[in-house]
Amino acid sequence: MRILFRGLLTFPLAAALVVLSGCGGDGVKEGARGVAGSITVDGSSTVFPITEAMAEEFRREQPDVRVTVGVSGTGGGFKKFSRGEIDICDASRPIKDAELQMARQNKVDFVELPVAYDGIAILVNPKNTWCESITVEELKRLWEPSAQNKVTRWNQVRPNWPDREIHLFGPGVDSGTYDYFTGAIVGKEGASRGDFTSSEDDNVLVQGIAADELALGFFGYAYYEENKDRLRVVPVNDGNPQNGDGPIVPTVDTVKNSTYQPLSRPIFIYVRRESLDRSEVSLFIDFYLKNAPSLVSQVGYIPLPDEAYQLAHGRVARKVTGSVFAGGSQVGVSVQDLLKKESAAAE
Amino acid sequence: MRLLPKSFRANKRERGIEYFLLFCASLSILTTLGIVGVLLFETIDFFREVSILSFFTDTQWTPLFAQKHFGIWPLLTGTILISGIAMLVALPAGLLSALYLSEYAPDRVRRMVKPVLEILAGVPTVVYGYFALLFVTPLLQKFVPGLAGFNALSPGIVMGVMILPLVSSLSEDAMQAVPRSLREGAYALGSTNLQVSFRIVIPAAFSGITASFILAVSRAIGETMIVAIAAGQQPRLTGNPLVPIETMTAYIVQVSMGDTPVGTLEYKTIFVVGMMLFLSTFVLNILSQRLRARFREVYR
Repeated sequence: MRILFRGLLTFPLAAALVVLSGCGGDGVKEGARGVAGSITVDGSSTVFPITEAMAEEFRREQPDVRVTVGVSGTGGGFKKFSRGEIDICDASRPIKDAELQMARQNKVDFVELPVAYDGIAILVNPKNTWCESITVEELKRLWEPSAQNKVTRWNQVRPNWPDREIHLFGPGVDSGTYDYFTGAIVGKEGASRGDFTSSEDDNVLVQGIAADELALGFFGYAYYEENKDRLRVVPVNDGNPQNGDGPIVPTVDTVKNSTYQPLSRPIFIYVRRESLDRSEVSLFIDFYLKNAPSLVSQVGYIPLPDEAYQLAHGRVARKVTGSVFAGGSQVGVSVQDLLKKESAAAE
Repeated sequence: MRLLPKSFRANKRERGIEYFLLFCASLSILTTLGIVGVLLFETIDFFREVSILSFFTDTQWTPLFAQKHFGIWPLLTGTILISGIAMLVALPAGLLSALYLSEYAPDRVRRMVKPVLEILAGVPTVVYGYFALLFVTPLLQKFVPGLAGFNALSPGIVMGVMILPLVSSLSEDAMQAVPRSLREGAYALGSTNLQVSFRIVIPAAFSGITASFILAVSRAIGETMIVAIAAGQQPRLTGNPLVPIETMTAYIVQVSMGDTPVGTLEYKTIFVVGMMLFLSTFVLNILSQRLRARFREVYR
């Protein structure tokens, strides 16, 4: 059931858990720590595993707070967020100008918190013997809009690859991973060919690539980590020796030291300023930032340096609103850049 | 004198009930009208922005992407391909099992087999979908080289199995309606069981059998869960059953699961595709109803 409808299932499941925990919580006295209420989160499927893990752990500490985490893509999440319908938006790219404007119109202020680093992995089937690495140039030729219905065979990407069909898999257009990938590879956000299997649910992509010898696809590194035995990751060569020579495999280290470029990026949560006044939300965010270093790597992502979380903590405490990353994804934001931006915002 | 007001009251109550029943009946009619109205309205709106000509002549369907194409054919061929495969499974198997149940099976066997066949029809389609994706596809991959993880073949076969009971049950009813006298006449002339089945019963029940076939086709066209799960989500104009495709129903599911703002062209594509679906099943259902009506008259 997980594959297609995880997004839909999350709600009833969470609701059921709430009912269960609510029953158990009746006897618990409202102590100093006991807070009740509900927190609604929606957005990126890439950030979902982190927030979901946080919500699960948080439930143990605060059984009377219900945290529901939805998955409708970063774009879908921001739409709801900027209308003020949810408290927290999971985002695998920074807020876009249009979304920022809509938030302003609806008087939604927010605090922007980078929570982890993620690499976008390029994946093929383990039976694929030919695709040992790929260049950014080749990825561009494969994914740009003009490739639509034209570049359809492996040997069109690299002549010594076999003359067989290529089956492409990627996240849907509401996904921040899609936005970032098209921005980083094609050069324009949201511009790609349209003849590929697209799904907002990364598990569908895993299933598709794992069962298709001719497949090539991309999605967040963590989903690869979870399915290592069913997929093969392809090293990417950006042709820039400054980011490490030759093809680079995405790993915790190469993402952290910014050699896996241009497909590493920070991922975020956006918290509504008004919601921070509610004690359950501010407690959840404190919990989130405090536990990020350990939990983030547990679910397959790359944690930021501790300093970054401390800076973020400071901004939450002082409720510094606005975005320093706004204007869509920036390609090649390294950890150092991020820290610089963070500390600038903290002043 | 006391009786009159009582019966008058009863009358009133009677009429009240009648109105209530009328209301219930009109509820479903009004719903249908509402659906058709919405489909029509959005479809007309869609064709203000996209020409009908390119809708029927373009060979690409990419309304969500940078290079927008609005050719319905990739979705239409996807639907036709999968329905075709399903029919290849469901029609012969359904017809033959109906023939067996009606003409050959001893009463005891029939009483046991029929309900079992009908259980197949009661399995939720989402179960069939995952059955196709996680069991049938890997199994087929052992025999069929180059079969992709998402493909038309496996959900087509599974859909055929799902529709089989519909065909066999309706065809069997039609065969049962063939009068005994026809059969007995043939037997009296020295026909074998097989000859009676194929030369008497099937021709006599032909319109009923055709009606069941057409109903099966329209069921296949409208089937959603199996194809959304197991056939892939890539509209492509192909007759190759081994590669990922997308049907009209799966497209509607795909778009509805994301967050498509109301009123955009992407949003309207759902309704256009819905309209195409509605039209095809509507025509098929009318056809099947006509055929069934004819078949009823013959032996009354």
